[in-house]
Formats: sequence, structure tokens, C-alpha cells
Amino acid sequence: MDKTWNNKAWFLVLPVLVLVAFSAVIPLMTVVNYSVQDTFGNNVFFWAGTEWFEELLHSDRFWEAMVRNLIFSFIILAIEVPLGIFIALNMPKKGWGVPVCLVLMALTVIIPWNVVGTIWQVFGRNDIGLLGYYVNALGIDYNYVQDPFDAWVTVIIMDVWHWTSLVVLLCYAGLVSIPDAFYQAAKIDGASRWAVFRYIQLPKMQRVLLIAVLLRFMDSFMIYTEPFVVTGGGPGNSTTFLSIDLVKTALGQFDLGPAAAMSLVYFLIILLLSWVFYTVMTNYDAER
Amino acid sequence: MARIDVNHIRHSYLPNPQKDSDFALKEVHHIFEDGGAYALLGPSGCGKTTLLNIISGLLHPSHGQLLFNGRDVTNLSTQERNIAQVFQFPVIYDTMTVYDNLAFPLRNRRVPETDVDRKVRETLDMIDLAGLAKKKARGLTADQKQKISLGRGLVRSDVNAILFDEPLTVIDPHMKWVLRSQLKQLHRRFGYTMVYVTHDQTEALTFADQVVVMYDGGIVQIGTPAELFERPRHTFVGYFIGSPGMNVLPVALEGKTAKLGAQRIELPGVPKAEAGAVELGIRPEYVRLGREGMAVQVSKVEDVGRHKVVRANLEGKEIAAVIGEDDEVPAEPKVRFDPAGINIYADSWRVEMGA
Repeated sequence: MDKTWNNKAWFLVLPVLVLVAFSAVIPLMTVVNYSVQDTFGNNVFFWAGTEWFEELLHSDRFWEAMVRNLIFSFIILAIEVPLGIFIALNMPKKGWGVPVCLVLMALTVIIPWNVVGTIWQVFGRNDIGLLGYYVNALGIDYNYVQDPFDAWVTVIIMDVWHWTSLVVLLCYAGLVSIPDAFYQAAKIDGASRWAVFRYIQLPKMQRVLLIAVLLRFMDSFMIYTEPFVVTGGGPGNSTTFLSIDLVKTALGQFDLGPAAAMSLVYFLIILLLSWVFYTVMTNYDAER
Repeated sequence: MARIDVNHIRHSYLPNPQKDSDFALKEVHHIFEDGGAYALLGPSGCGKTTLLNIISGLLHPSHGQLLFNGRDVTNLSTQERNIAQVFQFPVIYDTMTVYDNLAFPLRNRRVPETDVDRKVRETLDMIDLAGLAKKKARGLTADQKQKISLGRGLVRSDVNAILFDEPLTVIDPHMKWVLRSQLKQLHRRFGYTMVYVTHDQTEALTFADQVVVMYDGGIVQIGTPAELFERPRHTFVGYFIGSPGMNVLPVALEGKTAKLGAQRIELPGVPKAEAGAVELGIRPEYVRLGREGMAVQVSKVEDVGRHKVVRANLEGKEIAAVIGEDDEVPAEPKVRFDPAGINIYADSWRVEMGA
């Protein structure tokens, strides 16, 4: 088919370009601007070149936050993905149970982040929190304010509680799209429960699972509000993830230069990882 | 291969069926002979897929028994019945290669790998896919995928029957012929018991030795394609088979003649009709259009390629007649009914005619 080429069509995308420029590109440029300068009061700027970047890349604090964040993302993916698949497989496919389950699953996803944080902050307290109080009453020493391990457990359980539903909903959408004939054919072929999962359900869920993994990875890598509300990054720095560290630097210490450099590096890491995921996904599609 | 006895089977999808209309399948009693090629023909919703799924064990009938070679299998699972079934839409395991797809039913049954290999290669040759063995199944065309579905049934040589549930729906017309004749050939070579569900009369008539026509949850006629065409037992069979379907005209009987309005039609015999609504059925192929007989008003002539279909009005009733491609409709058209093609129906069921 012949296509009509007309360069005037570019004007049609102009409004979007302007909008994106104002909402994203220009603010980003101010960050770039900060990252190469040192600032003092009264808007006095000194050229710093790559100093902040070099400092950042040699800073233990940055790398520790990064490692913590990667471990956190890895743990929650390792829990939420299998758990999400398991729950989705066991959800009803028809009848009154479907809307009930879907609403229950969607509930946690629509709660605002800081509310989730507050819920768990109170829930886990060992003086008035239901969880904290009874866990301690059972003789288990649990205190997320003082014990780094307990703090991690709390933050991870909170994230699993908050976001497993997303994985469930995506997987469920993949599962209900499988026609009955596939299950019937599997019966006729004498397939075991495991073979049905491995050769029918999992392949059909593969695409939504990739999206789920991508979303959960990005979100957990950028996590800020919930751990900030629950632990404030503590005890010590034990739950200080990258974004918490960033906010501490930028707004706590008002080190705008280093914070800007950090944002850019952070941004590039996420961009890189998104690209990796995107490539993996599109290659996978091309293979089909 | 097995003989399949469908013994007074009824099925309802409701938990507590009361009325007759609650049943999707209203009592079917039939024997599918070992090695026969059967077609279940009927419109959507007539219960043919329900019957098929009862045979394969995907559904458990509400009433009745199913026997394979005389053994009661009603309560056996699909796996235990050892049946192959091909579905309307091709079912393939897309992460596997063509070879692995065919090996899947054997490996699930823990057949030794050397036997698996032999069987799969045989089947690949049978369905003409040997060249694609190493390919991933998801890249194939619809008819190749459907062949894989079929192959998964053929790979187990000991299956009791092969069931087809409208298997050619998604296949291009020219491939339909190819696949159907391959099925026929497989049937002749290996003598499988085959049951083929379809709503397409051409498919049913060309595939099967015996066509089982179903209507509203029951079997209305079982016969060879010729029997269904010449002597439809029920007016539904007359409508449903043939293109266009049989003309069915309400008549009054008077010995050896039937009265349609002012017209008198000579019958080949005296119908043994009890009281009830009497109808005369005649296929368009037996309606002779010419200069003598009963006057009709022609409303439309459809040229369908190899012949023409004439739509006309006879005594206020619509009738269709088939004439040759080169025949012309006369200026004052009249029709005659060929006595060989006349059937008489009382309350929709065919009645015999005596001398």
C-alpha cells in the first residue's frame, strides 16, 4: 500500500512535545544544571564539573543503598511472583466468587502509599499494634524500630501485602483468556496437573508475567513512601533505599549538587534496566 | 478401536432438570459400529457437541450408559477411556516443537522413548508434517496446527475412537477439501471409529458413511447421504439438508391425490396418514418447470453457478425449483412434481405410501 508522506503532520505532535518539554524535559535539565555546579545561598553557583558524580560513585553510602535496594527488589519479586501465580491459579473462574475475589484483590492496590505505610506502622507497633503486640505476646521478640531484621521483615511483608494483588490480577487476566478446549485437550492427552501448568497456563501467562515483573521491579526499585512512613529508613540506615537516601541528601542536608548527580545516576539505572526488560520482551515476542 | 453404544443417554446442564426442555440432550440411543465413519449433523444448539463430549468423557451424562465394546465406561475419566478428540479451534502446546506436541500424549502415558520416536515419526508422515518436526508449533498456519491436533489423536494407535468437533471451522475452503480427503483416507487405511460433529451438510455428507441428523436434543434420522436426500424422515431433515432445502407444502389428502388450494397433485401411492397436519415435501431438484402443470408466479431467479434456483409462488406458497444453467424460465411458467421425489409428512414425520 502506498503511504502518503507529509512533513506538516509533525505539527500534529507539537502540542505533546511542548507538554512533555514543560512537564519532563525542562525540569530534568534543571537537575542536570544542579548536578554540575555547587550552590550556596543567594543563588550563587560555582562550576563543579563531574565532581559530584565522582564523589557519588566512590561513596559507600550510595552503593550500600543500591545493594539494599537490589536485595529488597529481589526478595519481593521472589515472593510476590510465585505467590501471585499461586493465588491466581486458585481463584474461581466463574460464579459469585469472581467479583468477590477481584474486589478483595483490588483493594490493597488502590490504597494510597502513605496510608499503607501508616497502617503497617501502627499494625506493627508492639505497644498498641495488633501484629506487634500479639507477636511479642507469643514470645517472639519483634521490634521493627530497633531491630534491623525486624524492620526488613516488616517492610517486605508490607510490600507483599500491598502489591501481590497486582501480580494476581495480571496472571488471572492471562488465565481466564485460555479457552476451555485447551484444558479438554490436555485431559484427552492425559496431561498431569503439573504438565497443564507448565505447557498451557505458564506459556499463556508469560507475557503478563513479564509486565508484572517489570512493574514490580521498577516500583520496588523506586520505593519510597511506605518504608519512609514505617521505618524512616532506620534503624540506622538499615532500610534506607535509594530514593530515601536521595531525599535525605536533597532535602535533609540540602546538598543540591550531589543529590542532582544522584538523581541522574538513579534515572540512568532505571532507564537501563527498563531498556533491558524491553529488549528481552520484544525479543521474546519476535521469537513467537 | 471400539464399538460405542450410547444407551438411552440424556443430559442436562441444570442441576435439577424437571421438564423435557431442561435437557440439552433428550435421550439418545444409538450404536456407533466399530470402524464406522459417522457424522453428527445439526444446527447450533441441537446437542451434538454435548453428545460428543459425553462420549469422550468431558461431560458425565445425567442419565443413561455409555459402553465401549460392551464395557460400561460411563464413570471412567477421559484418560481412562482412551479417546482422541480434535476441537473446533486448533489446540497446540505453543512452547513445544511439532515433534514434542505429538509426543506429549505418549510421554504423559509413560511410553518408552524409543516407541515414542517411532510412533511420532509414523504420525508425522501420516499427516504430512515430517518436514516441520523441529519447528516450534506456534509459528504454523491454522491448517498445520489443526493437523497437529489431529496427529496427537492418531499417535496413540490404541485409541477407542477419534472424535471431531467441527474441526474445519477455521480452515480455508481449499484446505478443507484436502484435509477432509486425508481424513477419509486415514479412515480407510486404519479403520478408526470416527465421529465427526458439524453443522455443514457438505462436510457431513462427504465424510461419513452414516449421517446422524440431530435436532433439538434428539436424533431425527440416521442414514446414508442418499437416504437423507431422497427420504427425509422429518421435515427438519428436508429443510436442513439440500441447498435450497425441501419445499414443504400443507396439503389435504384424498386417496391417491393431494390437494393444494385449487390444485390436485397425483401421488405415487396412498399415504398411510393418520389424522394430523399433513404436508407434502418435494425437493427443488424434483420440481419440473415448464409449460404444463400448475401455474406459478416466478419472483426471483438465482444463478448459483452450475444451476439456477427459481423462487416462485404456487397457490400462495413459496416454492423453489432447480433448473439447468442454460434453461430459460418460460413466459407462462408452470410446475409439475416428479412423483419419485414426493414425500408425505404427518405432524412433521414422514409416512409411508401404499400401492
